Amino acid sequence: MFRRLPEASGASVHLTVDGNPVLARAGDTVAAALLAAGIEHCRTTPVTGAPRAPYCLMGVCFDCLVVVDGQGNRQGCLVQVAEGMRVETQRGKREIGR
Amino acid sequence: MSAPSQTYDVAVIGGGLVGASIAYGLAKGGTRVAVLDEGDIALRASRGNFALVWVQSKGMGMPEYAGWTVRGAGLWPQLAAMLKADTGLDLCLEQPGGFHLALSEAELEKRKGLLQRLHNQPRMHSYDYEIMDHSRVKAMLPEIGPQVVGASYCPLDGHVNSLRLFRALHTAMERAGVRYLPNHPAEQVAYEAGAFRVATPRGEVRAGKVVLAAGNGNARLGPMVGLDVPVRPQRGQVVVTERTQPFLRYPVVTVRQTDEGTVMLGDSVEEAGPDPTVGLPIVSSIADRAVRMFPRLGGLNVVRTWAALRVMTKDGFPIYDQSVSCPGAFVATCHSGVTLAATHAFVVAPAIAAGRLPAEEFEVFSARRFHVPAAA
Repeated sequence: MFRRLPEASGASVHLTVDGNPVLARAGDTVAAALLAAGIEHCRTTPVTGAPRAPYCLMGVCFDCLVVVDGQGNRQGCLVQVAEGMRVETQRGKREIGR
Repeated sequence: MSAPSQTYDVAVIGGGLVGASIAYGLAKGGTRVAVLDEGDIALRASRGNFALVWVQSKGMGMPEYAGWTVRGAGLWPQLAAMLKADTGLDLCLEQPGGFHLALSEAELEKRKGLLQRLHNQPRMHSYDYEIMDHSRVKAMLPEIGPQVVGASYCPLDGHVNSLRLFRALHTAMERAGVRYLPNHPAEQVAYEAGAFRVATPRGEVRAGKVVLAAGNGNARLGPMVGLDVPVRPQRGQVVVTERTQPFLRYPVVTVRQTDEGTVMLGDSVEEAGPDPTVGLPIVSSIADRAVRMFPRLGGLNVVRTWAALRVMTKDGFPIYDQSVSCPGAFVATCHSGVTLAATHAFVVAPAIAAGRLPAEEFEVFSARRFHVPAAA
């Protein structure tokens, strides 16, 4: 759905999303990297289980919650990608230990 | 205004959990009821409470209150079932037993002594409870941390979704025929020729009986109908975390996980007058104790904090009373509107409908207990 602008630049950054390799660019937020990689849903809601994707991209809507390096409910749009980062999509409520 | 629609069998003043429970019970018994309530900005313990249905440790100094509470917890499943049938709302009542955790040997000893003295009282309605060491507690609450020395456990304790209880009571009482009048704060209550006139900014409401269920407002309203209701606001603060997967199968008196997954932390007590503001020192000590009890709570984000005002008497026990000078005027006030909701609907309401609080049951709860002659 999304394509990067032709003039966009930046070094390559390697992440995994649910264990699968994803190529991002330095300066991407996790939310932007997920969208650029064509990952349409990053979580399901805690009560009804409805799918959600990054929406406001400015830290307000909390729809882009994901597990980053083992920590749940991180706002993907406020976290910059880093080499080797492990991102997991989140199903329902976060677990208390992560 | 003397239009027939303005005249009721009973005017209940206050639309919180206590007033709504009594109004619901009255209407189910065929009484014509109006509930006069304040507006959205009312100070409501009904919206700020901790939602426990709690028995253990209540009644020190008044064993009848322990019995009253046990009875209330026992009637709760019936109330939950009735409200479900009337409204379709599931109140998520769970009564698996509850814990009071101790974070030091001294706390555990104190707890043990308190429960022993409670159950040694004459006329005490005794019930099961157990003092457990760390490993016994760990078997039931696997997430406890090493600082938890032990706990008291009582199988009668439980919790509920109290916001849904509030909504269900309002929906059910109106379906049962109660006339709900929001933005009708009672300014004056007058007794005249065997009936009551309640003055509000939106006109007068007349009724044959009046029930004061206005929480801390009862202190002002009581004397208008010959009732003394010495209550004061006592602040409690609550911290709520984001939703998390279920990890806590039993409510703890200061920590409980709601049916929707949030974790509520609370049970602070402050004498702060009518001031419902949140203060960082209390909130941080609530959070600190909770994290020492359940270390992994420390990784969760806090999403809300709030303060609410309990309705407190000098001895901490409820007041149920009837006026001598204005027959037909009653008062019901307590700080356990959740725990006692079923008792209010099924025991207090029928007594009010019959016109009299039977002495054998209610005498002990009269405010006359505060009128002992002062020692010289």
